[in-house]
Amino acid sequence: MKETTGTGTLLRLALRLDRIRATVWVLALSIFTVASSASNFDVYGTPQQRAELAASVETSPALLALGGRAFDLTTVGGVTAYQMVAFTTTLIGLMSILLVVRHTRAEEESGRVELVGSAVVGRHAWLASSLLLAVGVNLAIALLVALGLIGIGLPVTGSLAFAAGCAACGIIFALIAGVAAQLTESARAATGIASAVLGLSYLLRAAGDAATATADNALSVLTWLSPIGWAELLRPYTDESWWVLLLFAAAGVALYAVMSVLAARRDIGAGVLPPRLGAPAASPALRSSTALAWRLQRGTLIGWALGFIVVGAAFGGVAQGMVTVAGQNPDVADLIRDFGGAGSNVDNFIAAIASLMGIVIGAYAVQATLRLRGEEAEHRLDMLLSTAVERLRWVGGHVTVAVLGTAVVLTAAGLAAGLAHGLRSGDVGGEVPRVLGATLAQAPAVWVLVGVCVLLFGLAPRYSIVGWGVLFVVLVIGQFGKILQLDQWVLNLSPFTHVPDLPAADFTATPLLVLVLVGAALTAVGMAGVHRRDIA
Amino acid sequence: MTTAISISGLVKSYGATRALDGLDLTVDTGEVHGFLGPNGAGKTTTIRVLMGLLKADAGQVELLGGDPWRDAVALHRRLAYVPGDVTLWPTLSGGEVIDLLGRLRNGIDPKRRAELVDRFKLDPRKKGRAYSKGNRQKVALVAAFASDVELLIMDEPTSGLDPLMEAEFRECVDEERRRGRTILLSSHILSEVEQTCDRVTIIRDGRTVETGSLAELRHLTRTSVQAEVEQPPAGLGRIDGVHNVRVNGGRVDFEVDTEQVGPAVRYLTSLGLRSLTSQPPTLEELFMRHYEGSGQAPAAAGAEAGR
Repeated sequence: MKETTGTGTLLRLALRLDRIRATVWVLALSIFTVASSASNFDVYGTPQQRAELAASVETSPALLALGGRAFDLTTVGGVTAYQMVAFTTTLIGLMSILLVVRHTRAEEESGRVELVGSAVVGRHAWLASSLLLAVGVNLAIALLVALGLIGIGLPVTGSLAFAAGCAACGIIFALIAGVAAQLTESARAATGIASAVLGLSYLLRAAGDAATATADNALSVLTWLSPIGWAELLRPYTDESWWVLLLFAAAGVALYAVMSVLAARRDIGAGVLPPRLGAPAASPALRSSTALAWRLQRGTLIGWALGFIVVGAAFGGVAQGMVTVAGQNPDVADLIRDFGGAGSNVDNFIAAIASLMGIVIGAYAVQATLRLRGEEAEHRLDMLLSTAVERLRWVGGHVTVAVLGTAVVLTAAGLAAGLAHGLRSGDVGGEVPRVLGATLAQAPAVWVLVGVCVLLFGLAPRYSIVGWGVLFVVLVIGQFGKILQLDQWVLNLSPFTHVPDLPAADFTATPLLVLVLVGAALTAVGMAGVHRRDIA
Repeated sequence: MTTAISISGLVKSYGATRALDGLDLTVDTGEVHGFLGPNGAGKTTTIRVLMGLLKADAGQVELLGGDPWRDAVALHRRLAYVPGDVTLWPTLSGGEVIDLLGRLRNGIDPKRRAELVDRFKLDPRKKGRAYSKGNRQKVALVAAFASDVELLIMDEPTSGLDPLMEAEFRECVDEERRRGRTILLSSHILSEVEQTCDRVTIIRDGRTVETGSLAELRHLTRTSVQAEVEQPPAGLGRIDGVHNVRVNGGRVDFEVDTEQVGPAVRYLTSLGLRSLTSQPPTLEELFMRHYEGSGQAPAAAGAEAGR
């Protein structure tokens, strides 16, 4: 039997299992990319509009960090590349990671690999079929993106380069996930490792791209260290550098080799990294369902808090630069005002990044709350609820962790950003509370997302995953709502639209109170659903 | 109170599928009660209704004198449950899970816990994800047996255990019986029930088909007999209760209803009996009889075996 015998059968199985999920990802990512690009014909249709954008962006480290490398903003294609490449490839990378881990390490952890492995299946067939599926899905997205971009009237060559970058980047992250899946015994840890690489790649390119705005742009080389950066450096719509694809190819071959070596050296179910032993007895504190919820969730929370100390410090560090850039250029001020509010440029920038960080921290809240569904779907709930644990007390434990955890991550982000900004502007005592206030003001909006997830879990548990879809919509509204000039009622759908733009605007308690009440009401309805429904 | 579990006319549907269709079950306090049925008969659904995880559509269910749905929390202090497929938290060690479950019930006996961990050869330091199916099962079993409760409900508890551990499990059940605890034990492994249970309820397609002590149920089955006799046993088939006679020279194989064993053996003796072996009725045979009623399982099984 060859090592890859049975790959075709497993590939068909994976396709069958993923037919809806993969279709949603492919359509959502390609339609979103094409639709956003199409709007550039309206918003940046005239050379005048593009010149204004270029004047703002090319001198602003923050806008380059948030968007991407700007090679040539004089064409609509160039604007699209600046706006979309980093964002789309990051989402595609995330999709690839989730897909590969789901089909490799998660299957192995569940024991299904062993079951199927007893049939005529080679030991590398799972890995091979999962990677083939990832490659196929990435090529499908690339094909749709290329056709779509050409269809809306962008140049053919540039569109092909854009799509090639998407597929290549997705495949690289599929391979990174493949390597991560060999390292650990747990799917969660494998996803964590691969996502950390994705996050680092995004930050490296953000730092490298931001550096191109300064005179001394030695740091712009950082973009070259990131696969997401390579997709930008393919330079879609601006003298395409096709040879960059060789970088993807070389990295792909190297990752594949590492993965094969690791896969060959380990047993099924085991990881390359040795598993650690736990305590032989429980600590005295582990005596309630809430204590269990905290125990299960604390690692995730610590990871998010540490991550946002880094992100907050990075954003806080560049805030002061906004004064000089925006002072010289009124267009930057306009653009930042779109995100932030009506205050000074620095304050507008802080308001904008506070909102962005709030939305991203929404992902923590969704992840923490949907633990509820994970516990149920993996049948750990049966044994827990067969003890003297009240259902609502159990839900309450996880909701408490999600609600307080949100506040902790927002505090970490706000303190780090405030400190970094305060150190640059020479007013630590004044800036820390202002910036911290701006991030903490996002908490009620994040709590609405917690409420949405509890509601789904209570009333439609099988569709709990829709919570991630809601987060995606909120992210799109927050990032692109004003640029796309969406109607106000659409913007109002996102809870983050209602958060006062601190510190640029005045503090108003009413919208925050309303958000808290909405979140509490959603949670209450969801809990009532849990109280009366069957446990799956 | 003498009844630990009392179910009558229990109905539970999932959409169009009727998982339980008027099921009855009575478990007396202090007995070990076997809950038998083929896969998909409704054993797990019944137990999950008893645990308050599912809400009954119709019928009466009483558990330790209370309503399993309404009084779930109070009742759960007094019982321990071992699910059929135990899943553990990947990051918690087995020892932590045992302690946690014990504390969430009525407390755990540390001496008994240590003794059971030893007897089941469980490494309590391993994390949940590192355990095999059998070891996950052991974690739940130790937690259940060491908890201070009056009722144990176990859904196919020995699936995944090796024979040595199965013996250890039976030992534990006997100890619990001597302490006066009530046990409901679901299984599709009949020998396990035969060796451990006082009374048995057999279900099929969501309905109770038979209930009683093993002695009461044995009259429904036949003893199989192999004998060697000096003269051809031509008249054997005419004796009441004798079935499936196969004669091969002086050797004869047949089955006989348990209450007709005497006349059959007397007849064989009159022919000059050289050797006799008989096998007591097994629950397997009992089980097959109930399959036969459904008109699908035995025919299909026989056809497959014949190929």
